[in-house]
Parts: sequence; structure tokens; C-alpha cells
Amino acid sequence: MATIHVDGKEYEVDGADNLLQACLSLGLDVPYFCWHPALGSVGACRQCAVKQYSDENDTRGRLVMSCMTPATDNSWISIDDEEAKAFRASVIEWLMINHPHDCPVCEEGGHCHLQDMTVMTGHNQRRYRFNKRTHVNQELGPFIAHEMNRCIACYRCVRYYKDYAGGTDLGVFGANDQVYFGRVEDGTLESEFSGNLTEVCPTGVFTDKTHSERYNRKWDMQFAPSICHGCASGCNISPGERYGEIRRIENRFNGSVNHYFLCDRGRFGYGYVNRKDRPRQPVAQRSGLSMGIDAALDQTAGLLNRQRILGIGSPRASLESNFALRELVGAEDFYSGIARQELANIQAIRNLLQHGPLPTASIREMESHDAVFVLGEDLTQTAARLALALRQTAKGKATEIAEAAGIQSWHQAAVENIAQGARHPVFIASVTATRLDDIAAETVQAAPDDLARLGFAVAHAIDPAAPAVADLEPDALELAQRIADALLAAQRPLLVSGASLGNPAIIDAAANIAQALKNREKNGSISMVVPEANSMGMAIMLADDEADRSVEAALEALTAGEYDALVVLENDLYRRADSAMVDAALAAAKVVVVVDHQQTPTADKAHILLPASSFAEGDGTLVSQEGRAQRFFQVFEPSYYNSEVLIREGWRWLHALRHTLLGNPVDWTSLDQVTEACAAVHPRLAAITEAAPDADFRIKGMKLARAPHRYSGRTAMRANISVHEPRQPQDPDTPFAFSMEGYAGTREDRQQIAFAWAPGWNSPQAWNKFQDEVGGHLRAGDPGVRLLDGARMDLPWAEAPAAFAPAPGNWQAVPLHHLFGSEENSSRAEPIQQRMPQPYLALAEAEAQRLGVAEGATVEATLGERQLVLAVRIIEELPLGVVGLPAGLPGIPPLNTASVVTGLKGVAQ
Amino acid sequence: MKKLSSFGPANRIERSEETHPLTWRLRDDGQPVWLEEYQQKNGYAAARKALREMAAADIVNTVKDSGLKGRGGAGFPTGVKWSLMPADESLNIRYLLCNADEMEPNTWKDRLLMEQLPHLLIEGMLISARALKAYRGYIFLRGEYVDAARHLKRAVAEAEAAGLLGRNIMGSGFDFELFVHTGAGRYICGEETALINSLEGRRANPRAKPPFPAAVGVWGKPTCVNNVETLCNVPAIVGNGVEWYTSLARPESGDHGTKMMGFSGKVKNPGIWELPFGISARELFEDYAGGMRDGYTLKCWQPGGAGTGFLLPEHLDALMYSGGVAEYGTRMGTGLALAVDNTVNMVSLLRNMEEFFARESCGWCTPCRDGLPWSVKTLRALERGEGRPEDLEVLARIVDFLGPGKTFCAHAPGAVEPLGSAIKYFRQEFEAGVDRSARTRPTTEFVKA
Amino acid sequence: MTNLIQTDRFTLSDVERAAIELEMQHYEDPRAASIEALKIVQEQRGWVPDGASDAIGEVLGIPGSDVEGVATFYSQIFRQPVGRHIIRVCDSMTCYIGGHESVLDSIRKELGIGPGQTTADNRFTLIPVCCLGNCDKAPALMIDDDTFGDVSADSVAALLEAYP
Ligand SMILES: Cc1cc2nc3c(=O)[nH]c(=O)nc-3n(C[C@H](O)[C@H](O)[C@H](O)COP(=O)(O)O)c2cc1C
Ligand code: SF4
Ligand code: FES
Repeated sequence: MATIHVDGKEYEVDGADNLLQACLSLGLDVPYFCWHPALGSVGACRQCAVKQYSDENDTRGRLVMSCMTPATDNSWISIDDEEAKAFRASVIEWLMINHPHDCPVCEEGGHCHLQDMTVMTGHNQRRYRFNKRTHVNQELGPFIAHEMNRCIACYRCVRYYKDYAGGTDLGVFGANDQVYFGRVEDGTLESEFSGNLTEVCPTGVFTDKTHSERYNRKWDMQFAPSICHGCASGCNISPGERYGEIRRIENRFNGSVNHYFLCDRGRFGYGYVNRKDRPRQPVAQRSGLSMGIDAALDQTAGLLNRQRILGIGSPRASLESNFALRELVGAEDFYSGIARQELANIQAIRNLLQHGPLPTASIREMESHDAVFVLGEDLTQTAARLALALRQTAKGKATEIAEAAGIQSWHQAAVENIAQGARHPVFIASVTATRLDDIAAETVQAAPDDLARLGFAVAHAIDPAAPAVADLEPDALELAQRIADALLAAQRPLLVSGASLGNPAIIDAAANIAQALKNREKNGSISMVVPEANSMGMAIMLADDEADRSVEAALEALTAGEYDALVVLENDLYRRADSAMVDAALAAAKVVVVVDHQQTPTADKAHILLPASSFAEGDGTLVSQEGRAQRFFQVFEPSYYNSEVLIREGWRWLHALRHTLLGNPVDWTSLDQVTEACAAVHPRLAAITEAAPDADFRIKGMKLARAPHRYSGRTAMRANISVHEPRQPQDPDTPFAFSMEGYAGTREDRQQIAFAWAPGWNSPQAWNKFQDEVGGHLRAGDPGVRLLDGARMDLPWAEAPAAFAPAPGNWQAVPLHHLFGSEENSSRAEPIQQRMPQPYLALAEAEAQRLGVAEGATVEATLGERQLVLAVRIIEELPLGVVGLPAGLPGIPPLNTASVVTGLKGVAQ
Repeated sequence: MKKLSSFGPANRIERSEETHPLTWRLRDDGQPVWLEEYQQKNGYAAARKALREMAAADIVNTVKDSGLKGRGGAGFPTGVKWSLMPADESLNIRYLLCNADEMEPNTWKDRLLMEQLPHLLIEGMLISARALKAYRGYIFLRGEYVDAARHLKRAVAEAEAAGLLGRNIMGSGFDFELFVHTGAGRYICGEETALINSLEGRRANPRAKPPFPAAVGVWGKPTCVNNVETLCNVPAIVGNGVEWYTSLARPESGDHGTKMMGFSGKVKNPGIWELPFGISARELFEDYAGGMRDGYTLKCWQPGGAGTGFLLPEHLDALMYSGGVAEYGTRMGTGLALAVDNTVNMVSLLRNMEEFFARESCGWCTPCRDGLPWSVKTLRALERGEGRPEDLEVLARIVDFLGPGKTFCAHAPGAVEPLGSAIKYFRQEFEAGVDRSARTRPTTEFVKA
Repeated sequence: MTNLIQTDRFTLSDVERAAIELEMQHYEDPRAASIEALKIVQEQRGWVPDGASDAIGEVLGIPGSDVEGVATFYSQIFRQPVGRHIIRVCDSMTCYIGGHESVLDSIRKELGIGPGQTTADNRFTLIPVCCLGNCDKAPALMIDDDTFGDVSADSVAALLEAYP
């Protein structure tokens, strides 16, 4: 700690900070541009100048850049000093010289850091009267618009894109007042994290193109704290709605999870919410007739009455909805909706995280480890936010070197200069090369079983008590030794693995490594990737259920005639199991009821389709890959705009159905009741009630506002329907109001922040106002509650599988994941579709040669019952005996460890 | 008009080994002094002494005691800079960089030294490298100096062949590799940290200090950057000793040794000469440069390069050393003075100068990147008589707020020093450019329209 | 003028590649050769064509956007086609006092080009340059690698003749 004196007042601050951080953490306003909490200081913009005095007797002082000046003990500074103020006003004036002042037509307007800082410094008169320099803009692909004339040359974009996110195709060109930020030539930005540019850029150079089509100001949107459903990372998001459409997704700061950044799937993949073809009324599919709520309930109950009902839940639906289904059909007849092998894998992971020897690192915590082994995950594609975190983990080495040399960690350029690209060791073992390989000390590609064997060998090399791997090739053995040495040499080794390849041996290997590290008394952590937004929640819910709760089990039971009726919750079974098997089961069921928010192939086959809410129209709880239960809140009430929209949360439908069947009134009228019931039934989920404040939570007696207080046009919003403005929808489920009325301030601590706004801070930089220290954690604690921090136990050793050796003429089909395309919901979003690859069959170079097929040629093959006809993609490093198929893409069947391709041959064109 | 292969003017004064450590070996025909001749003229004797007889620390101390100050413009004591290199022997990779970027307007001394006395620089670098324990050196030469590049490369090859560079130099066990690195044109490359970035193959944005290059320099290693002329002083200091060196300057001088000084502009005899510190500017102007050409009178002058302030004719009493010039409110700079004659309009001259500084801004920090182009446009307006009453205020702000400490590097302060002094001494010329009929606030016009 | 015609994909010639690889050995880090690499390409082709940055980046193991950032920063790297001869006129203050503007005027009269422009016949490109270190012989200019001092407006025409 250090004592600093600011304008005559004394404060205690963190002496390791710079003065800008220190002042912002104290809640004092100092304008800045080039500095960013996650990017550190470079001193370029000169906006953050303050007066510094050598001691209390110094009356002259000198201007310093607060971002470049350590907050050393007994510092004396003034923010209010006249010269400092005049200097800052001049800096803004200079920055604005070439700025087009096009706020009225600029999409940044209203959440613009430049606007905020301009107001803060008091610049309001343009004296510059000469021509402005102009630039040509670039076409940067479906996500990001480019308007270079608005650039104030703060350099944040390149520093974020290149230095932070490891992108290579955005740069700074030219010199003097002609500096240009963009690509060498027009083209889609390649980084999977490009969307963060829209928030990192303090002005309107990089804006969200998906928002442009249907644009509105930040103050005219309604927001709610939400959780990204794009993968299991559990990133916190702040979706904005207008007129019943999600218009944009912004990052929501959670200092333990995603802090300032999202991946592009999460940010740009929301379009499925707005799709025209979404079910919005209950439909009796045979007749094609839509129904009202009561009719739908009656009709459905009529069909289900006295039937033996099987329920299939979903790892992409909330705990509450799954729980309601389980209540409806009974625990015995509730199935997870997850494929057999995958469910077993997730359970193994759940067990490892809950009871295994090492604690689970949160995404933020992953950044502070000093050696990493990634086993069997292509993180950029399967849990992208983790990949971005690992980049920072690797760079931790630079901070370490710098600190040893007395250079502060925030002094970004100096840190990089002294470290010369030094990184903490990261080892990546995967099926194909990954987008993270550029930070890796070593990478290796192998078939899943061989990856597992490498993992087992690493465990054995760490602790000889771990079983050795029979017949391991010498170079794999040596690599295992190097990985083990690096993990042992580290202070805090981190193991990252997961279920994406579907291979149980990889998870066993991870468990062995964790145990081995524990035995060697390493203070390490683990992080395991699971496939979907609520895979972990489902695993916890079913943890004590001994029966087979897989999709296959459910389908088999249906086909065997053990049930009459099927209720499917937010799940497309065709993505889970072989289509013939699904067809048979659906045909066997006399009644099929689907509750979903998308018109899936499964929904197409339902007798009754009940329109469920997506994350945007409902609330619920998800459990992320780290075992963090987090609540997402309804963003808007669609019926306000159109009373014919009868979308309801899955749990509301299912609970109402249950009570219609029972012939008595519903018990649950609000979310909290469901959450509590779920917690009560599932002791392992007991803490989910703590994941967020309940519906009674108030600040100063007020609900929390969903909309900024400048929200405009509400009275006119429904004027096309009726000029009488109805009462705003009431929200019994959450502490939020569908209104700008309610608490939206920063003074009172709160975890659940719908939109980042503070007086004078309209841009995402307003998060400063909610944090304990700038860039740190939320003052009220980061949202969410961890469920898996149980008693640590020793695990029994697992044994390695045999080496991968496919029979001649057989290829193991291995899923290759794509950030854009492999996830069901986001792949329905149009901008994401533009970035999806065409379906393909990947082959190693040597195999392609042997088959006489070239890149792009058509091949045919048999996978189980299915005949595949696909274009060849040659992946040089793909292991022999393996074909890669793009997981989840159209025409690609669901894969499991037994998926074998035969009869592979080229098709004459 | 003549085609120039190399220089000449410095030859026109009497030079001796005792009094002109930098230039006594120059040939009268302006041709380079190659190795054989250089060695005949006692060349590499100091290096032999330094490598064979002196410990590294002794060389540092000798240079420190000599009072040698950097000749690149900032005048930082060289010995002190050298002693900032970390003592820690484990940091054994160190670099010596010669700053030969010379692009400052009216600065043309390093070119002469490099073109005609390449071995003097090499010897200076060899001794300095030994003192700094640097195993590798780079001469960062501006790209347009094609003759200097040719001569230096040939001299380096000669020295390598003669065992004066490379491994185990002169049997001393000391290894030193030297490379000539040519730039691609940007004045900012002369700023020592920008130079490091440029040498690393990056955009030549300066780096924040601290950490200083002595701690974190090229490729993160301890690095010393010295100017060509600075390094050329080292052999004589080591060869002839501190006492001799400190006796070279005039007694009135606070600085030691000699300096390449010059005068250009419409003087009778423009040129550069190696002169003792402490001679008066008047002596330089009248005795060496011969005063103004017929038909011209001296309006004002600049003591040492584009980044120094203007002084009036009466300030010619200034003594040419850092403290001497500082008495008149500006800096000695590079010591190459410019005479501005009575035909030159200061607004136009400053417009030209600020065009240079604005163009050469690296584009990193706001005041310089965006403030200087505004000054250019304002000066252009004033030049055309289209100025506005508030224009002088705009310029004054720029002068104030681009001053030392306020911008990221010293480029912008150098840019506004001449502007500030020109407005101070010739305010009426600037005011003359204001169109009194114009309204003050363009915004009111906007409202009216 | 074949070297002014942009081909679809830029590939380094063997000579260029070899020269760049040699240059890399002079530095601790291959990136340091980026400026020299650009100069090598420019020497061969007169300018640095589109695509060269990526090709150079590949040899040096750095992003093409970094190379392009360097190529566009420095004023003596040409990212546009230039004429056979480059005229660099010093426009710094001493040459300003010496009358460089009249030299520029006379070049404009003679060739019809101003700073930054190339003659229609691709013979000359005129660019302004910082102080050439010829301050005693202002105004000064360079044509290709030759430096001239005491240039006057009248002498320009004769000077240019030597560069066909
Ligand atoms: C914009 C700018 C340009 C400079 N150009 C040069 C230069 O061309 N040559 C030079 O020696 N020093 C130049 N300097 C000074 C260097 O930063 C540095 O002080 C000098 O090279 C140190 O060497 P010295 O101590 O031997 O003088 C420049 C400084 C600035 C701010
Ligand atoms: S003062 Fe000018 S040259 Fe120096 S860093 Fe700032 S922009 Fe670059
Ligand atoms: S924020 Fe401090 S200089 Fe930019």
C-alpha cells in the first residue's frame, strides 16, 4: 500500500499501480485513451496528464502522464490543477482535429469513450478550421465495420488485437497524422476475438456490423445480465434489445471469468433469437394450427394423460427447465439428452473437478499459472475464451522477467522489450494444429487414443507411481518427460483438457496427471472443457443417478415400446444420435411434445410444439465448465410488442403441463421457487440459489432498471397497435424491472449489472465504476457461485489405452470443432453462417495421396449406416488412420468413439 | 551547381594533432582516409592502448573525467551514460549503437566525419565497446548517406582484414563485431529509443524512459547509443589523456574539448570547423563564416540545428558551449548554426520548419501528431494573410503544451522551440498575417449560415 | 516496365530471398532485417509491390502486417510504383533559405510534376527529403545516388538531362 495525496486529500492505494489506475480505483475521474485495464500503459495519448509535485512544499510541480507514473508512497498530485486541465483540454482538442464530429450518424454515439472524455475535459468549441485528413475504409467481414476517419490514433486496437489476442492481420500503417489502423488489404478479420475491437476502440472506428442493420442507441436498449450460451465457458454478457429483437451483445465484466473480453461466437451469434422461423405460438403440428396457452396445455395434457411419458432434457437448457421436466415425467423417466459416451465423459469430468486432487481454475485464474499442458482440446474452437486466457498465461513470463528487473507490470512496452517474447511453457497435444499453437513451447498431433497415451506417460513421468504406458514410442516418451519436467519446474502448473474429442481415455489421463501433480505436491490447477452451456449442470443434476440417462438409452426405451409419449426439452435429437435411431424412436412414440425456441428437425416431428424462451426471453441458471452456477436474466418480454407471441420459459410450460395433468393449480409462479425446489431436490445443486440475488432483491427499495434512464420512445413504441401505453410488463422472476425506472447507479454495490453505465461514463469503460480496483473484480463480488469445490480426494490410477491402430480400410472419425458452425444455436445466426466452413472430410496428406484425391475433391465413405459424400480437406498434420469431420455442421452425423469410416474413396467427377 | 562526392570546407582552417583531435587527419583533397593512411597518422594507437593496457572501468573513468558530453544534441555526459550500463557481468550481451541518423535540418557534421574519416569512428567505437563490454556494434546510418555507407563498409572490411575488428582484437582477447545498418528515412530514427526500435525492424516510435537503453535496449539487452562525433572524440581522449583534452576548450567554456561547429545560410563562407568550446558565436559568425553575404543582413540565427531557438544578432556574444548558449534561453544543440537573413519572412520560415517537424512526427503521441499539423496550417494561413485573431493563441498553446516533458519524446519540444522563440522575437510578423476583417469564431459563422 | 506490372501473387525471387536470408544473420532477431528486406525488394523492382510484405514476413517469421507497418512508416520505402529515377529535393530550412522552392518550381515546369508525383513517361519521381547534410551548398538535391549542391532554378534542366 502507498499513501498518495490528490488535490490535498490523502488516499491509500496499491503502490504497484500507476497513478491513473490508482485514481480510477479511488473513483476519481481522470480521462484517458491509450490506457486500458487489460492492456496496460504506453503513454501515447497524453490525455491522462496530472500535475505532480515533488513534495508538499513544491508549488510548481510538473505535468506527468498518470498512466506512466508509479503510485509511489508519498506522491503529491493534482487532477484539478489549472495547467493540467488546460493541457488535457488541448489534447482532446487536438484529437478532435481530424475527427468528423459525426456522432449523429455514428454507431458509437451514446456509448463512446471519446464522447465521454470530451465532455469530461470540457472541450466544446471547435477552433480548428482547416481541412481534415480523410481515410479510405476497409471491408473487414461480416462482424466488424470500419470507419477510419473517426480514429484518434490511441493504438488500442493493434495493442489489443496483436499483443493481447495474438492476431496477425490488423496493423498500424503510415506515420505522423496519417497513421492508419486496419488490414494490409480488405478482408475478413481473422482473429476469433475480433469483436472485442468494438469495445476496445474508444470511438466509432470499429463497430458491430451485426448491429448496424437494426441499429439503435445504447440508451434506447433494454438490457439484462446474461450468460453466453455459446459454449461452456460461461462468459457474462450484456445483451441489448429493442422492439423485441436482440440488437447487440456486449461484454459484461466478471472479474473471475471473462473480464473484458468475449469471443466472436458469443458476441455475434445471437441471431437465432431473432429468427423469423422461431416457434412463437404453440402449434399442433399435424394440423399446423396454432393455439392459445390454455388450449395448448389442455390439448397437450389430453395427449399425455395416463401415458407412460419419457422426458429428454438438454444441456443447452437451464437447470430450472430441466428440473421442471424431471418433475413432470419423474426422475425414473428423465433422460439427459446427452449421448452416452459424452454423458459418461462429462460425469467423469464432474467427478474429477468435484472430488479430484486439484482445484479448478476460473478462466481469470488460468492467466496466473506458469506452465500449461493442453491435452486433447482445440480451445480456440471449443472454449474460445479459455484460449484467450492462455495467451495471457504464457505472457505472464514477460511480467515475471520485467518485475525481476524492477519494471512495473503495467509498463506494457517495457515489459515486452525486456522479455523479448519469453513465455511460460505451454504444451498443446491435439488432433490437428490449433490456433493457439503460436504460443506453444511444443505441440504434437496424434489420434485421440495416442493423445491419451501421451497424457498417461506425462503422469507417469511426473510421478512414477502412476502407471506407465506400454510400448510408447521413444519420441513420445521424451516429449512426455519434457512436459512433465516443465510442469514440475513451475510454481503453478495448469492442466487443461476436456470432452471435445469424446474420448474417455483423455479424461482418465488428465485425472492421472492431476493426481501425479498432487502427489508431487505441486500447487497446480485443472480446467476441463465440457461441450455445452449447461453440460456441467446436467452432469451435476444426474450425478447420483445410477441409471443410464443417455439419449441412446432414452431412444432405445422408446423404440422398445416402454413408453407412449415423449417430451423433448430444447434439444434436437438428430444432433445427438444416429438419425435412423431417432426416427425409429419418434415413430414408436404415440405422442411427441417438443418444447424449444428453435424450429429444429426434432421439433418438425413433434405433435405439439411449445414455444420456449431463449436466453433472451427467460431466466435460468447454467453451470459453466468450472462448475460456476450463473443466472441469466430475461432481457425483454416479447408479448409486450405482440400479444400473440406466447413464448414461455421451458420450466413454465412443463410445470403448467404437470399441473394441468394433475388437475390442480401451479405451485411455482416465479423462478426463485423453481430454483429453490431444484436446489432442495439436488443437494449437489444446493448453492444455485446463491448464484444471483432473488426476485425480492431491492436497492433503496427499488427494483433494478433494465433500461438506461434516457430510454426514449416508450410511449410511442406500441402506438401502431394502440395509442394507450400499457403498463410495463411485470417481472415476478427477477429483481429487474422492464423499465428505466429502478436503480441503475454505481454507488450501491451490486453484482448483477444489466448495462455498464455511470454518470459521465457511457462506454464500456464504465465498468471502472463497479470494480473494487480498476480491472480487478466487481465490488459486490463477481457473479456466480462455484459448485464443485468439494473435498479433495485421491483418485485411483487409470490405465492407458492401447495404441491407436485402426484396421486396414477403417478410419476413425474424429470431430473437428469450429467456433463458427459447431454450436447449434449460433450456427443459425446469419453472420456466423458467413464464417462457417463448408462441410468436409479431412484427411492426412499421405492418405489423400494414397487415395489419389486432391484438396476439394469429392469423396464418399460409409459411417455406420450413413453414406457420406463430402469435399476433401487435406490437413497435413492429421494423424494417419483418422478422418476429421466438422462437428455439428450440416450433413455431418453425430460422432462417438466408435465412429468408424469405411469405404473411403474418391468420386469421379 | 556541383555534383558532390564528398566534402571540403573543413579543410580550410589550420589543423593540428594537438588542437584538432577530430579533424587533423583530414586530407586536403577531401578524399577518405583509408586504413593505411589512418595508421600512418597514428590511427588505432589509442585503441591498442585501450585494449592492451586499460581495464574497461579505466576507459569509462577516463571518458568521465574528460567531461566529454554527447554531441547528438542533448549534451548528456558520455562517461556518466556509460557508467549507467549495468555492472552485473551476467548481463554480458551488450550493444553499442552509433547514432549516425543525422537528419536534423542544418546538421551536417557526422556526414563529414564518416565520409572522410571512417576509421576514426571505427576506432572510437572499438574503444567504447571495450569500455562498455559490448560485443557487437551497429552504425545506424541514414539511408540517404550513400557515400558514407560505402566508405564505412569499406573501412569496416579493412579493419576486419587487419584484425582490428572481429575476434581477439590485437591479441587482447576482446571480440567486437561491427555492422553498418542503413535506415529508410525518418528523422525520428535519430531519437535514441526510436533508433533502437528501428534497428529491431520495427516502426520507429520512441520508447518510454525509464527503463533506459542502458538497462533495456536492443533486444532487451543493455545498450549504449552515442552520436558519431561523440564516439570520434574517444580515441584522442584515451590516447592523449584527460589533461590534454580538458585544455582544448577555451577557459571560459564549461564544456571540454572541441566541437564541430558551423554556419550556414547566406553567409560568405558557409562551412563547418572543429573549434574549441567557448569561442563566441560572433567569432564563429564573423571570423569563420565571414559574416553575411553582400546585400544581406543578419536578422536572427539559430545556434545548433532546427530544434534550437532563434536568437537575435545581439546574442552573438553567446559563448558556444552548452551553458553559454543556455544563458540566452536556448540550447547549443548540434553547434551548427544557421543565419537567417533580412529577406526571410519568419512566418514562412517557421511554416517550412513545422512542415518538416509535422511530417517527421512518428504519429505516436497526440500533441505532436495532431498539434504540429495544426501549427502548419495556421502558419500557412498567416503566411497568406488569412489568419484569424485567435491563431496566435492556438500557436501559443502548441508551443506551451508540446514543450519538454509533455510529449512522449523530445521531437515535439524541438519542434516548438524555434516557433516559440520566433513568435517571441518577431511577433509583429505573425500578427501581420491576421486578417482583421475575419470573425473570431468559425462556429458563429456556422450558426449564421 | 515489367517491374511495374503487378502480378497476382507476389513471390520473392531467389536473389531477393538469398539476400534477405544473408541480412538476417547480422541481427539477433530476424525481424531486424525487415527494413533491409524491403530495400532489397525495392532495389530489384523499383518499389515494394503489394504482397511483398507477406512474402517478407514469411521469410522473417513475422506477420505481414508488421512488415507493411514498417514499409509504410519509412519515407524511402515506396509502396507505389515510382519512376526510373528518383529526385530527392531537400526541403529543410537551410535549403528553404537557399531557395529550394524555386528549384521545385523549375522541376514542375520542366517535368510537370510536383512532390510525390511521377512523370507520365515513368522517368522521374519527385519526392521531398529531409536535410541532406549539404547545408553549405544549399539548395541541395539527390538524383538516385548522386548528390548535388548549389542547385539553382536555371541549372535544373541540364541536371536532369543526365538521367534518361
Ligand atoms: C527527434 C530527435 C532526433 C534526433 N536525431 C539525432 C541524430 O540524428 N543523431 C544523433 O546523434 N542524435 C540525435 N538525437 C539525440 C539522440 O536521442 C541521443 O540523445 C543521442 O544519440 C545520444 O548520443 P550522444 O549522447 O552521443 O549525444 C535526436 C533526438 C531527437 C529527440
Ligand atoms: S513527440 Fe512526436 S515523434 Fe515523439 S513520440 Fe510523440 S509523436 Fe512521436
Ligand atoms: S492514458 Fe496515459 S497517455 Fe494515454
